[in-house]
Amino acid sequence: MEYEAVIGLEVHVQIKAKSKIFSRVQAGYGHEPNKLVDPVVMGLPGALPVMNKAALDGIIKAGLALNCTIPETCKWDRKNYFYPDSPNNYQITQYDQPICDGGYVEIELPGETRAVMGEHKKIKLTRIHLENDVGKLNHFSEDSLVDYNRAFTSLMEIVSEPDMSSGEEAFAFLTAIRQTMIYCGISDCDMEKGQMRADANISVRPVGQKELGQKIELKNLNSITGVKNGIEYEIKRQTRELKKGNAIKQATWRWNADLNQTEMMREKEDAHDYRYFPDPDLMPVKIDDEWKSRLQSEIPELPWDKQRRFMEEYGLPYSITAVLVPDRALSEWFEAAAKQAPKLAQAIGNLVANDLLRELSETGESLADCKITPDSLLGLVQVVEKGTIPKNVANKDVFPEMFKTGETAEQVIERKGLKPDFDEGQVRVWCQEAIDENPKPVQNYKDGNEKALNALLGPVMKKSRGKANPQLVNKLIRELIS
Amino acid sequence: MSEELHYKSASELSQMLANKELSSVELTKATIARVKAVEEKVGAFNSFDESDALAQAEASDARRSAGKSFGPLDGIPVGIKDNLAVNGQPLTCSSKMLENFVSPYDATCIEKLKSQGAVLWGRLNLDEYAMGSSTENSAFKTTSNPWDLERIPGGSSGGSAAAIAAGQAVLALGSDTGGSIRQPASHCGIVGVKPTYGSVSRYGLAAFASSLDQVGPMARSVKDAAMLLQAISGHDERDSTSYRFEQPDLLAAIESNSGRKWTLGLPKEYFANAENTPAMEPILKAIDFYRSLGCEIKEVSLPHTDYAVATYYIVATAEASSNLARYDGIRYTHRAEKFDAKDSVDIYCQSRAEGFGEEVKRRIILGTYVLSSGYYDAYYLKAQKVRTLIRRDFENAFKEVDALLTPTSPSPAFKKGEKASDPLSMYLSDIYTISANLAGIPGMSLPCGYSDGLPVGLQILGKPFKEDEMLSIANQFEAAHDFKDQHPSL
Repeated sequence: MEYEAVIGLEVHVQIKAKSKIFSRVQAGYGHEPNKLVDPVVMGLPGALPVMNKAALDGIIKAGLALNCTIPETCKWDRKNYFYPDSPNNYQITQYDQPICDGGYVEIELPGETRAVMGEHKKIKLTRIHLENDVGKLNHFSEDSLVDYNRAFTSLMEIVSEPDMSSGEEAFAFLTAIRQTMIYCGISDCDMEKGQMRADANISVRPVGQKELGQKIELKNLNSITGVKNGIEYEIKRQTRELKKGNAIKQATWRWNADLNQTEMMREKEDAHDYRYFPDPDLMPVKIDDEWKSRLQSEIPELPWDKQRRFMEEYGLPYSITAVLVPDRALSEWFEAAAKQAPKLAQAIGNLVANDLLRELSETGESLADCKITPDSLLGLVQVVEKGTIPKNVANKDVFPEMFKTGETAEQVIERKGLKPDFDEGQVRVWCQEAIDENPKPVQNYKDGNEKALNALLGPVMKKSRGKANPQLVNKLIRELIS
Repeated sequence: MSEELHYKSASELSQMLANKELSSVELTKATIARVKAVEEKVGAFNSFDESDALAQAEASDARRSAGKSFGPLDGIPVGIKDNLAVNGQPLTCSSKMLENFVSPYDATCIEKLKSQGAVLWGRLNLDEYAMGSSTENSAFKTTSNPWDLERIPGGSSGGSAAAIAAGQAVLALGSDTGGSIRQPASHCGIVGVKPTYGSVSRYGLAAFASSLDQVGPMARSVKDAAMLLQAISGHDERDSTSYRFEQPDLLAAIESNSGRKWTLGLPKEYFANAENTPAMEPILKAIDFYRSLGCEIKEVSLPHTDYAVATYYIVATAEASSNLARYDGIRYTHRAEKFDAKDSVDIYCQSRAEGFGEEVKRRIILGTYVLSSGYYDAYYLKAQKVRTLIRRDFENAFKEVDALLTPTSPSPAFKKGEKASDPLSMYLSDIYTISANLAGIPGMSLPCGYSDGLPVGLQILGKPFKEDEMLSIANQFEAAHDFKDQHPSL
């Protein structure tokens, strides 16, 4: 019997904001324990939460970017449960009136090769709601200590429909969310810093069966690869169990990235009774059209739209767009040059996606403090286009110098004496010599074999000590033969 | 001199301070002396810090001699209910849970009082976490009614009411969730005001039931209460339920309204058994007084009154069960010495079992029950719907009348222990006050006579944010009677 998996994800994303969600205290990472606290964060007697509008802006923006409906009002509820990382022993969250309803995430599955675009799919969302994050427990041999620095940081929960069927899709789903959040400046989604975390609900059923199989919850997925591997492992495990005729028990599992396997945390006892009720300390929030359209106007062109446009408008191959687009800054850097000379866009794209990225990764520099500018890069491409220097010289000799010193292409060529010390007339002479010395390929070319001319290129380059521009050579040889 | 001082009103004392007939240090010393003289009998204070109070008084006097006085409250000792946060002072809520807790911050109303120079004087006893109507639920002590030491002072702001009645503080802050300012004010023969919900910030008030709690003034006269209310009310960004509103100058409003002929309503449901209760006599006389002033007295109906107590105990306990979850033995509260170290649930259970008193536990359990899945719709949701109906009752009544007159409490102060073992009968002592909290409207109690030698309070319920009118109505009565000048003999 064939089996298929049904997967839903709950993705927690920390909203980037100066202060915490219901307190004025600073939000941040990497501080000494319990420094980012105040009476609200510590749950002191008498402390009251007050909504931080920046967090609302963040989630509404996220909802708009992920195609959700934003209802006119939303309210706050308390989810009551005891745990030491929660200062009030209730979490302020949204139960039946979340800020974002529905929506979907467009994902791309891997194509046949890296050069072709893969299948695009829409994964439906149930909702996105806002809640306060909790603190962090640190366990030692004798004690467990709580750090409330993270407590009350703004946290979005993006809940998908059970719309995915593989680790690959879950991976693509998280990647798409991450890119969208970073593009919109809503979150940096740094999983190592806990800014993005995911839980997966996974069940397996025989193909053709309508009702869902028994699901398990997989927690502790703190890297995107972890999500993929964890889900794939779990699908295999459940399929194996079902094939053996064993039932799947409702339980919570965790992904152990060190051992590359899932392990059971707890079998689910009775469902927890969270005793949700409307938080009496917080008023419902009205979200009007003006607010929404202001945020809508702050949403930049989103990754998939930009990728399709780059392919269409600049004729870029998929493989280059797949490198440029996921990084908003890089794609904007590219476009700053490309829009000045759309016909040269592919050459620009190649330099950015290959040479620039290579230099950046080798030097560890960031794009922001890179010495080369979109304008100077465009200058280099134009120099090649004019035939002043050949492309290989531009890539190999000129570009790295520009990157190092911030000079223009002309300055590097001048300083390093890369400009050929001969003119077009000299190249024409060498071409004529090559034609005269190689009658056979010339005859082949005249007989209709286009490629035969390649045999003349080598001798000319040799005569020019590699400095002749191959495109120019090609053009002159054709002229001379005809 | 102190004999003369300790029953003077805040406005008189304020005048004396302004005229430099008296210094704040003298006044504070007299207050301390009075506390020392009578506190053993009354038991109003959980704690007080003499040197801190004197330092505040000295600072006030220094400001005054430099010509930089902060206003009418500058230098006046104000007692604080022990559920309001004052930076550096204990905040116990009269609970073992917070026995050793010192607040690291100021409540907004405290910040306001400090900025106006009031001398914050002592921590006043209450029913644990403000749950109760007799101040017998305090984990530390029982406060006595200064009029009869065998009796309770009312609750939960029993310490505040008793301190004012016994001359141990000029003014005091209380909190009112279902009548906790008005009922003890009534029992102790003083003035107590529960302001409109949202008009005084709750920031820094240890929450009992967030949607009902409101901080309010307790004083010996209507004008004193108005002065203190003026000082603490106003919008606060740190409380989301705080309302943006323009409050008129309350003292000026009281003056300018002194001749108005109001239309006053008598809710018939509150007077159904009027003939049978002796405590009703002073109330009926007070109504006659307003009639004699030319006010129109109208019978009105609040048809959902019967459901108020049940609704209140569902809403209040539900919120309390969640609000009190933070007292868990993890951070700053009492932690049990013995617990199963492997299990954090055991820390909670042991610590809460030891830290909370019976009444608090009873309400947490009730609140947990009414919110639990399967019961939410039947109890909490239904109660919220009834609450809306109760609020509408008042809206309808206020279309016809300016304010309502009712008894504050069904009976004068009862004897200690009388109702302690019968929580339901204790809950019924809030029967006339509870609806105002459910509806969010302002209410107050002022002394209007005696029953068997014990003070009886008249309750005035006003329109939302019309404290100026409510206080004006109260002042008309007070001006024509001398109850505010009658004090218990201690």
